[in-house]
Amino acid sequence: MRKSKALLFEMSRPGRQGYSLPSNDVPEKSLDELLPKKVQRSETLELPELSEVEVVRHYTELSTRNFGVDTGFYPLGSCTMKYNPKINEEVAALPGFAFMHPCQPEETTQGALELLYNFEQGLKELTAMDRFTMQPSAGAHGELTGLMVIQAYHRSRGDHKRNKVLIPLSAHGTNPATVSMAGYEVVQIPCDDRGLVDLDALKEAVDESTAALMLTNPSTLGLFEEEIIPMSKAVHEAGGLLYYDGANLNAIMGYARPGDMGFDVVHLNIHKTLSTPHGGGGPGSGPVGVKERLIPYLPVPLVSKEKNRFYLDYDLPETIGKMHSFYGNFGVAIKAYTYMRMMGAEGLKEASTDAVINANYLMSLLKKTYYVPYDRICKHEFVVSAKPEKKKGAGAGDIAKALLDRNFHPPTVYFPLIVDEALMIEPNDTEAKETLDAFAATMEQIAKDIDEDAEKVAQGPYNTVVGRLDEVRAVRNPVLIWEKDKE
Amino acid sequence: MGGKHYLPLTDEDRREMLAEIGVKSTEDLFSDIPREVRLQRELELPPAMSEFEVFKHLNELASKNKHFNNCVSFMGAGVYDHFIPAVIKHITGRSEFYTSYTPYQPEISQGVLQAIFEYQTMICQLTGMEVANASMYDGGTAVAEGAVMGCGATRRSKVLVSRSVSPLYRAVLDNYFSSRGLEVEEIPIKDGYTDRSELENKMGEDIATVILQQPNFFGLVEDMEGIADMVHSHKALLLVSADPLSLPLLQAPSEYGADIVVGEGQGLGVPVSFGGPLLGIMAAKNKFVRQMPGRIAGETVDSEGNRGYVLTLQTREQHIRREKAPSNICSNQALVALGAAVYMAAMGPQGMRKVAEQCLQKAAYARESIKALKGYDDVFSGSSFKEFAVTVPGDPAELNKKLLEKNILGGVDLTPFYPELKNTMLFAVTEKRTKEEIDALVRELEGWK
Repeated sequence: MRKSKALLFEMSRPGRQGYSLPSNDVPEKSLDELLPKKVQRSETLELPELSEVEVVRHYTELSTRNFGVDTGFYPLGSCTMKYNPKINEEVAALPGFAFMHPCQPEETTQGALELLYNFEQGLKELTAMDRFTMQPSAGAHGELTGLMVIQAYHRSRGDHKRNKVLIPLSAHGTNPATVSMAGYEVVQIPCDDRGLVDLDALKEAVDESTAALMLTNPSTLGLFEEEIIPMSKAVHEAGGLLYYDGANLNAIMGYARPGDMGFDVVHLNIHKTLSTPHGGGGPGSGPVGVKERLIPYLPVPLVSKEKNRFYLDYDLPETIGKMHSFYGNFGVAIKAYTYMRMMGAEGLKEASTDAVINANYLMSLLKKTYYVPYDRICKHEFVVSAKPEKKKGAGAGDIAKALLDRNFHPPTVYFPLIVDEALMIEPNDTEAKETLDAFAATMEQIAKDIDEDAEKVAQGPYNTVVGRLDEVRAVRNPVLIWEKDKE
Repeated sequence: MGGKHYLPLTDEDRREMLAEIGVKSTEDLFSDIPREVRLQRELELPPAMSEFEVFKHLNELASKNKHFNNCVSFMGAGVYDHFIPAVIKHITGRSEFYTSYTPYQPEISQGVLQAIFEYQTMICQLTGMEVANASMYDGGTAVAEGAVMGCGATRRSKVLVSRSVSPLYRAVLDNYFSSRGLEVEEIPIKDGYTDRSELENKMGEDIATVILQQPNFFGLVEDMEGIADMVHSHKALLLVSADPLSLPLLQAPSEYGADIVVGEGQGLGVPVSFGGPLLGIMAAKNKFVRQMPGRIAGETVDSEGNRGYVLTLQTREQHIRREKAPSNICSNQALVALGAAVYMAAMGPQGMRKVAEQCLQKAAYARESIKALKGYDDVFSGSSFKEFAVTVPGDPAELNKKLLEKNILGGVDLTPFYPELKNTMLFAVTEKRTKEEIDALVRELEGWK
């Protein structure tokens, strides 16, 4: 069923309208009286003209050309694509949340502030941190916030020598990009042959120029950094701080907490761990939590409570300032809070337990067919290397395309960088055993297909609405918008 | 136990799975966590709730808030009570969209990718720019990242920002820049507008970008004539933060020579949600695309020549370029951008023009009516779009309290942002306000003090 879908612009017919507006009921003045001619638009506004039903059918068809968690299994490593509970969507859309202006007087926002306050209490307990800001709108935004807080802390102590941030080789790409954005230099720390951060190399690298170590634990290999205590000690003794990238927190809720491991700053990806939908690329939310000594540097405002009154607290003289125009993605926080309240302590721990069982179970099935370079108990995810398959003519990317044909979303491919032909698989807590069995059987079949006809696998997918897309052409000859004249 | 309905594994499943893994208990799967960091107790969280209990709880919290459905709002300062067509939530509520991740696998993500491509196109149609990205977090971060982009494109490290640009955006900009060791200098305002002669005095070979807002924070329409030429004569760039809803009436930024256009897209059918999720718009001239942060969708073909869409020019991005990437942005506001695209498609050029005209007319009517009241006056003269600043005869907080008794959400107090402006409020009037509502506001103002 291969076919292209017409663009909105190609469907447009002059004179069609998809809106309904009342007429203006105030005494009307001429446009020129209200706006000088020279500031008025002269360029024609070329938006498409469509009726409402055409708009709805267009987007409905587009939605059928898209794969979500509700469509099927989505084992995208480090993205924690768990089920997005429907109640979350309902409550976030309540008018008392969705239609509140951020500058409303405090007495009219008490319910929203109470929610943010309670949510913060939950996050503090979950991570062993002392205070949270909800301003960061995504994980990467949280990373930047966290590093800025760390920077402000060092600067406030007159410690201006610290210009380096240590990052293990297995880190997410956002980590080194964030380090540069915060004006720091990246120092890469290698992994040892177990896939863990090389403690000796870390000890070698820390000195008085170390601002922080950024770490995901468990790592992107799905392995718990067992030497976290000596690592944390080494960094702290050199005067540096520890930053926890919360992308992989789904593995350890109720089992271990970053604050107890020695981390000073944490960001959470609540669109991963706490079940809020990813929306095809956001909105996410990346709350940042800190230990007591870093609270003074958090962005303003925080949400505070005095007796029974909740308020936006701007009283932080040493704050880094603002990270967002207002208070972050409140609408996303509502959903995560709802999830926490539905799960409770036991439910969250159970989610992590099941995520880890699912990952180990799937690894154990897949390693019968595929090469697992770090073959040990994993946490929420594990990494398969398709190096042997690549030699036969179809690598990680081709296996991913073969999965598309069988209604599975593929794992994360070619990441982490320390594994050749990586397939990073995260089955998460909301998948049934049957789903994992079916996925493993499919992967086994794909391995057989590669043995039989690798070339054929390398040219897939075959059953999708479009075939393999030419990404090189998209880069060499960028077409980034539709243009009338080009048609 | 809470959330059982989200967790499909049964006890029997777990037993079978542990046997397959080859361990005796789940405990064995967590034995790699050292004892000293293992939590030796259960988390202390409020007890789990069932679905209808949680709904009741959240509904109670929501009921404590005032909102646009039970109040008449004149609040603005960047986010507004604009009309949201019903189609939007039905489209963004399709779970094939909202439960998907970033479209890394294009063959099964054509829905989101095409929607982004169309969104990019419509943003360019509005702004007159040649390229737009898939979105930034909000207006504030779009200004900050646009300014960083300008520094990258010019290889300079200082920007000038007008004091008439939203103080909320400037706060984010200051923060992003100070951390990175880049410099921000303010251009003073004169009678509510960017001071042109001050701007010209401050220009020099070290300036990467000049940042202006249109309409500015006070709602005034800045005169952009000649600015781009002057800025370009110093080989610097002009970055404009524009209200997309004003663009059907106001000059497209391309018409006055802007190089980078950013803005807050909340007015494009996005629920205000206490200030987030919002929508950061970013567009530019084609020649700056390599410095542009964020996702960009591009057109290509498949193996059989069918048209399709992919995320492209990814070598700009963090997952490829790591520490050399111009930004760390990864997740953005894709679903919000989808909603905005639905808005633009449904409203079309006529609908968006009508919205802009009604904002203009109704705000002008309100401004004139308030100005005529004793004790009230315009702070600044000149054309405004949908917002205007007014001096009021007393404390704005007190006035808002009084308005609230009539279920009116009044103006935003300007003093915290501009200490030199005492007893001054910013009122916003959108297309949703009726004459009756405006008259009611005016009556309440008149009766105060």
